Amino acid sequence: MFSSFPLFPEAASKVARQVDHLYFFLIAVTVFFSLLIGCLVIFFAIKYRRRSEVELPEPITGSIKLETLWTAVPLVLVMVMFVWGASVYFTISRPPDDAMQIYVVGKQWMWKLQHPGGQREINELHLALNRAVKLTMASEDVIHSFYVPAFRVKADVVPGRYTSTWFKPDKVGTYHLFCAEYCGTKHSGMIGQVIVMEPAQYQIWLSGGSSEGPLSARGEKLFQSLACNTCHRADGKGRGPVLAGIFGKPVSLQTGQKVIVDEAYIRESILNPTAKVVEGYQPVMPTFQGLISEEGLMQIIAYIQSLGLPGATINAQPGDSQPVTSERQGPRK
Amino acid sequence: MSETHSALAHHFDTIEQQREAATLGMWVFLVTEIMFFGGMFTAYVAYRAAYPGAFAAGSRHLDIALGAINTAVLIASSLTMALAVYGSQVGNRKMLVWFLIATILLGLVFLGIKTVEYHDKFEHHLVPGHSFSFPGSKPMNAQLFFSLYFAMTGMHALHMIIGIGLLTVLVVQASRGRFSPEYHSPVEMTGLYWHFVDIVWIFLFPLLYLIDRHTH
Amino acid sequence: MSTRTAPIVPVETREHYLNVDYGVKSWLLTTDHKRIAILYLASITLFFFVGGFFAVLIRLELLTPQGDLFQAETYNKLFTMHGVMMIFFFLIPSVPAVLGNFLVPMMIGARDLAFPRINLLSWYVYMIGATLTFAAVVAGGVDTGWTFYTPYSSTYSNGNVILAGVGIFITGFSSILTGLNFIVTIHKMRAPGLTWFRLPLFIWAHYATSIIMILGTPVIAITLVLLVLERGFHIGIFDPALGGDPVLFQHLFWFYSHPAVYIMILPGMGVISELISCFSRKYVFGYHFVAFSSLAIAVISFLVWGHHMFVSSQSVYAGMIFSILSFLVAVPSAIKVFNWTATLYKGSISYQAPMLYAFGFIGLFTIGGLTGMFLAAIGLDVHVHDTYFIVAHFHYIMVGGAVMAYLGGIHFWWPKMTGRMYPEGWARFSALVVFIGFHLTFFPQFILGYLGMPRRYHAYPEEFQVLNVMSSAGASILGVGYLIPMIYLIWSLKYGPIASANPWGATGLEWQTPSPPPTVNFTETPIVTEEPYHYSIREIKVV
Repeated sequence: MFSSFPLFPEAASKVARQVDHLYFFLIAVTVFFSLLIGCLVIFFAIKYRRRSEVELPEPITGSIKLETLWTAVPLVLVMVMFVWGASVYFTISRPPDDAMQIYVVGKQWMWKLQHPGGQREINELHLALNRAVKLTMASEDVIHSFYVPAFRVKADVVPGRYTSTWFKPDKVGTYHLFCAEYCGTKHSGMIGQVIVMEPAQYQIWLSGGSSEGPLSARGEKLFQSLACNTCHRADGKGRGPVLAGIFGKPVSLQTGQKVIVDEAYIRESILNPTAKVVEGYQPVMPTFQGLISEEGLMQIIAYIQSLGLPGATINAQPGDSQPVTSERQGPRK
Repeated sequence: MSETHSALAHHFDTIEQQREAATLGMWVFLVTEIMFFGGMFTAYVAYRAAYPGAFAAGSRHLDIALGAINTAVLIASSLTMALAVYGSQVGNRKMLVWFLIATILLGLVFLGIKTVEYHDKFEHHLVPGHSFSFPGSKPMNAQLFFSLYFAMTGMHALHMIIGIGLLTVLVVQASRGRFSPEYHSPVEMTGLYWHFVDIVWIFLFPLLYLIDRHTH
Repeated sequence: MSTRTAPIVPVETREHYLNVDYGVKSWLLTTDHKRIAILYLASITLFFFVGGFFAVLIRLELLTPQGDLFQAETYNKLFTMHGVMMIFFFLIPSVPAVLGNFLVPMMIGARDLAFPRINLLSWYVYMIGATLTFAAVVAGGVDTGWTFYTPYSSTYSNGNVILAGVGIFITGFSSILTGLNFIVTIHKMRAPGLTWFRLPLFIWAHYATSIIMILGTPVIAITLVLLVLERGFHIGIFDPALGGDPVLFQHLFWFYSHPAVYIMILPGMGVISELISCFSRKYVFGYHFVAFSSLAIAVISFLVWGHHMFVSSQSVYAGMIFSILSFLVAVPSAIKVFNWTATLYKGSISYQAPMLYAFGFIGLFTIGGLTGMFLAAIGLDVHVHDTYFIVAHFHYIMVGGAVMAYLGGIHFWWPKMTGRMYPEGWARFSALVVFIGFHLTFFPQFILGYLGMPRRYHAYPEEFQVLNVMSSAGASILGVGYLIPMIYLIWSLKYGPIASANPWGATGLEWQTPSPPPTVNFTETPIVTEEPYHYSIREIKVV
């Protein structure tokens, strides 16, 4: 599927084609103005070439009309480009509600991916045709960037926080996966493949999946082995809040602030428990920093997510900057 | 005036032009200093907003009395500096020299108190690094406070040391009679610099020592 | 034809700034802005070829998809040092420190810059910084990319980050001092009658550049201080494990580094205004618009840094604001291009090498600038960010734009600076070679970028090879295009025809002095009564 001398990448999703349309528009504008300026320069250079040393050119100083024209036209054009680019970007940043959650951990120099059904992949991502997928990503070390040219999307993977992106492949095939943020020695080796399969094929692939069961089951094991269940008791008598059904809901903090219980809040509460304590509870939860890996965190999040009403998925995006968002441990911008 | 002043550089036409150039040059330089300190202030503000509790706790470990004394010392030194400049403007050499020396002494007092504060931090394991220890659950964030504290006050102290160096050179030049009502740009320019360093401290003191001291 | 020489002048016995003293001390302790400009010329040329050498190695490696010429870590050091050398030690000083230093006082009728000793200090500061950074190369190199993103640079890299960081920090002060000097000089030392709107556009461009230099450079300085502290003492400011924010580094870094790209292009634009007007013998069309565009670019340039961070986990709304502002900053540049083109209309155009460089600039800068639109369009930038599309974009502007403007300016003012003419035939030839080599090198990279080839890749998928080979072939031609002027310019110092005061018949005060000028520039302060570029008012004779 890789032709020997491609000049244009495959487009494997609707968003990819939207990006391409914008690209073609910009190419058209670029070609138009480059040709316009190029031809004018060449034309003037020839037509007005110096024919004698004593010739005196016309004393032209300017023209307000022309200045207005070539200020207004570029202004209008760039506003069109801005709006178009912004609208494509909104699509890129808002995953659909029914997107399947896949967890990604980037580390020097490989990609580790976990499917909700428990399947783990390294440097490969198998996807079903026409099924939207949202990636929640973390880094174990430095900044990486998850980039699939065929979908025309990338997102930096930043240590200390979750970032996300989404796509809905609509073309079967195998596509490049690149790390697109320089991350050290084997940066150019941190590549892989995204394999989009027909739904039937995908089911077959899935069934060859993990014997450990779905991600949430692994999360449940961790939850018990780390003794989380001693405080977060299902009967509500524990020292920590009940977690059933809590994912995606807002909670009130001791400070009066409200936050949404999303992936980032859960991660922060495990690593830095006294940062945002729920109202009515004491700040007695110990920190698990250093005791649990990024993948383990994702498994626990998947478990907590599964503890609610079926189909409870979160809509809040890491990256939203409303005051209630808690996904970052670091400062807000 | 048409006589060439001995301090007039060859590329200027008049001593006024030279003085105006020096003044504008010093103001432009101070703008660059604002941007320089501004970067650190930005980082400080960003992290203060992110970790208000830890930063407030860190603030409480700073000695507000010493900080306040230092503030008074610096303001006094700006007064002596201004008086030194006045002395140079009216041609009063004694006034100029003595007030320059007074400014230097006050600057040294400031640095001395700062040394006491730094030493105290060292004793209490509040210097970021291996020996840092801070009570409470978030030592990391408090360490960030102290890192910024040392970076910002350290950079400020460095500027003060440079300022004291400049003032010392001025004392030597002034006692040799280099300055006069017609020519005293270096004194004025150093004055501007000194006032700027003072103003940076006026921002540092509340930001580091005063905000949120009493909240929990 | 082009080889018409100026009237032969007898052997120089006149004293000028070059022959007034040949001693080494007279050069190393000079306060003459013209000598300092020559000192800078020598240094930046050296670092241009160092950076260019690294580029040659990069393009050699990229001839094959496998990383087979260098180890990965070596390759990472090559592109880092290529970027660092070219940006901080060539591009940022180039036009301002060489042409600006030489010409700003002369164009305004002054005897020197406002602070000649600070000018000399700026060169020493530059050399100290450059030496330290070069030491970082020799001591094993730095492999963080010129952008030094944390936490890789602060915690994980094994390179000489601190040494390089300190070197660049020091060099930044050279920029600050130069900008400070220019601002004060332009404000306070203009000749009588030289009002703001009689200034050559070269001066306006350098004034705008100086504003950026003094406001932006201190921020990269403090950013590097914090990075060095982080790396040395683990203060935690950029390390998420210690509560820090790695993206804060990006904000601080790009707050300077975006305006920095305008430091690199604005002076070049000033050169182009001078070249276009001289070689069309016309007043620059829309002079006021061009002047104000320079200022507008300087101001807006400080508001767009986040367009380097659209995918960095910045908020969507911040992205929107940076996107719209990034589009706005393009408009003044477009206005300039239109005005330069209009200047040609009904002019009297000749094709000497400086003009050929100017034509090349207009073409390449137009394309490069328009490709900036692709990047400002946030939905599209997501795809091309950190790919070869970006690499192509900035090389079009910096190499196709800034370097061509620099070379055009060097050729244009060469007779004034050295008293010699360069060989016109060779100069035109190498301008053409540069233009062709440039396109061959960088146009394929746009295609590679959209295909998805990420930047800073040591090895790449096979299907990208053909375009990479094209690019490397182009680079070899481009390299030749840069070597030829080195040779003939040095040759001309001894064997070039003696130049007259105004071989081009140009307006501007610098052409009213002999070539090379005396140390004091003007024995009598000129008094300005005319508009700039007054070609049509009266006949300007080639003197």
